[in-house]
Amino acid sequence: MIDQNIPHPWLVTRIYRFYRDGFRQMTVGRTLWKLIFLKLFIMFAVLKLFFFPNFLATKFTTDVQRADYVIEQLTQSAPGLVQPVKGE
Amino acid sequence: MIENLDLGMVNWARAQFTLTAMFHWVFVPLTLGISWIIAFYHTIYVRTGSEEWKRLTKFWMKLFGINFAIGVATGIIMEFEFGTNWSNYSWMVGDIFGAPLAVEGIVAFFIEATFFAVMFFGWNRVSKGFHLFSTWMVAVGSNLSAVWILVANAWMQYPVGQSFNPDTARFEMQNFFEVALSPYAVDKFTHTTSSSMMMAALFIISISSWYLLRGRHVLMAKRSIVVAATLGLLASIFTAFNGDESAYRIAQVQPMKLAAFEGLYEGQTNAGLTVFGVINPDKKVYNDQPAFKGFNIHMPGVLSLMATRSFGTFVPGMKDLTYGNAEHNIMGAAQKMERGKQAVANLDGYRKAKKAGDDAAAATQLAAFNQNKEFLGYGYLNKPEEAVPPVAMPFYAFHIMVALGTLFILIFLCYLYFSLRNTLERKTWLLGLGTITYVLGMIAGQAGWIVAEVGRQPWAIQGLLPVTVARTNLTAGTVQTTFFMFLVLFTVLLIAEIGIMVKQINIGPEEN
Repeated sequence: MIDQNIPHPWLVTRIYRFYRDGFRQMTVGRTLWKLIFLKLFIMFAVLKLFFFPNFLATKFTTDVQRADYVIEQLTQSAPGLVQPVKGE
Repeated sequence: MIENLDLGMVNWARAQFTLTAMFHWVFVPLTLGISWIIAFYHTIYVRTGSEEWKRLTKFWMKLFGINFAIGVATGIIMEFEFGTNWSNYSWMVGDIFGAPLAVEGIVAFFIEATFFAVMFFGWNRVSKGFHLFSTWMVAVGSNLSAVWILVANAWMQYPVGQSFNPDTARFEMQNFFEVALSPYAVDKFTHTTSSSMMMAALFIISISSWYLLRGRHVLMAKRSIVVAATLGLLASIFTAFNGDESAYRIAQVQPMKLAAFEGLYEGQTNAGLTVFGVINPDKKVYNDQPAFKGFNIHMPGVLSLMATRSFGTFVPGMKDLTYGNAEHNIMGAAQKMERGKQAVANLDGYRKAKKAGDDAAAATQLAAFNQNKEFLGYGYLNKPEEAVPPVAMPFYAFHIMVALGTLFILIFLCYLYFSLRNTLERKTWLLGLGTITYVLGMIAGQAGWIVAEVGRQPWAIQGLLPVTVARTNLTAGTVQTTFFMFLVLFTVLLIAEIGIMVKQINIGPEEN
């Protein structure tokens, strides 16, 4: 006996066929997909991996270290750092 | 460590970011704008059932697909650059932008992945209603994906709804709605999306005009033009009004930028808007040379009206904003620097006291820091003149943008007028002009970003973080290498896009 609440398997099949036939019928789209994959490969497998490391993520292991480093950058970058004055 | 900083790196990192952003902006406005126009074409097809409208819709969809495919993910490169070249900045704003950008990316991805497929593959395979709904959803999804990045950009120019945490060195979001719905962000989003619609209309007019000049696909071209010119006209008028609103906002929160793109060195009452002028490159805030070389035209009082919504009011110039103006109660960069340096010193004092475990001293330093923290960024300037952005670039970019925007309104009007009189095909002068309008539209779009981004220098975050501190402590050579790699990559991609696009335009729409 078939449970009516279970989604019909043919819906998934239809969606699959919809995409499959769509991709098969592509003309310009094939070239574009090749271009997209080539671009993503260059971006993620070459540029990101070898040329664009996340500076703070690779240099430090914890967020506390990263925060300390940035605070140090903020406090030591100012030209002619004045003496701190006491607040009220 | 600090004394070894290579200041050349900042400029290379900026150049690289500029290159990436400008390349990204070749594709984005067309994607944002044409998705709406295609939705209109598709709606007309569904309502009329005309095969010609279907053919037309499919043709523009194909060009949209090409533009989308080449442009997709070019924006991710900017994210790489944030982490590598602008690590201090990335760390400091992570709390404001990180999660919303990620959520937006996921939502946009799913909307696009679902409805793009239905839009492109759905002809005769899904119901007409669902197919049309998908086309509209692609437009909605594409434009939604631009929301948070524009909110982020607006926040950098007008950093509201945040509080700086000196323990984590991060700007923390205090009020989501203040950030997301800040007037600056709303202006930026509406200005960007409406101008994108305008640019997409110019794209359609350019290609359709080319067809008409060659007597090809005449009916399709004429129909495409009528819809594109109507939407383009509405969008360009809206963009003009919205641009005026943006200028008013800039006058309130970034008066230095307004003064720079108007070449206004000395503050004026009843200040005039420059219609034409040649900037004197030798003019600086500290000398008395004339701001313009030779002939220039101003519209009296219009800049006051734009900046304050009232004639006869005072608009501060770069000199007033640099050195202050007691008469008009304007605090200059020089005074702000004193308070900024105090903020930096107290931040340093706070850090040292915390490290030493002296809680009382830390609390005292923190209280003092909080009194001056809104001027933090000024503490990193060497001299007040550094608060002045480059003048010539935003000045010319602003005036080119406004002149072209006005021209586009006239072009759309002409196209509509001659279309309604059914004489458009005979107006070869207009069709010739129309063929190049898309290039003019791209120039206007890029010019708009130059005004926004060059005009806000030296700030990465207005008044709080200059670009010299926002960057990573790297050498210029590292960035130079990747700059040229990007230059090659982007050039190849651009040639690929133009090649594929031109080929498809030459082929034209599918025959019945």
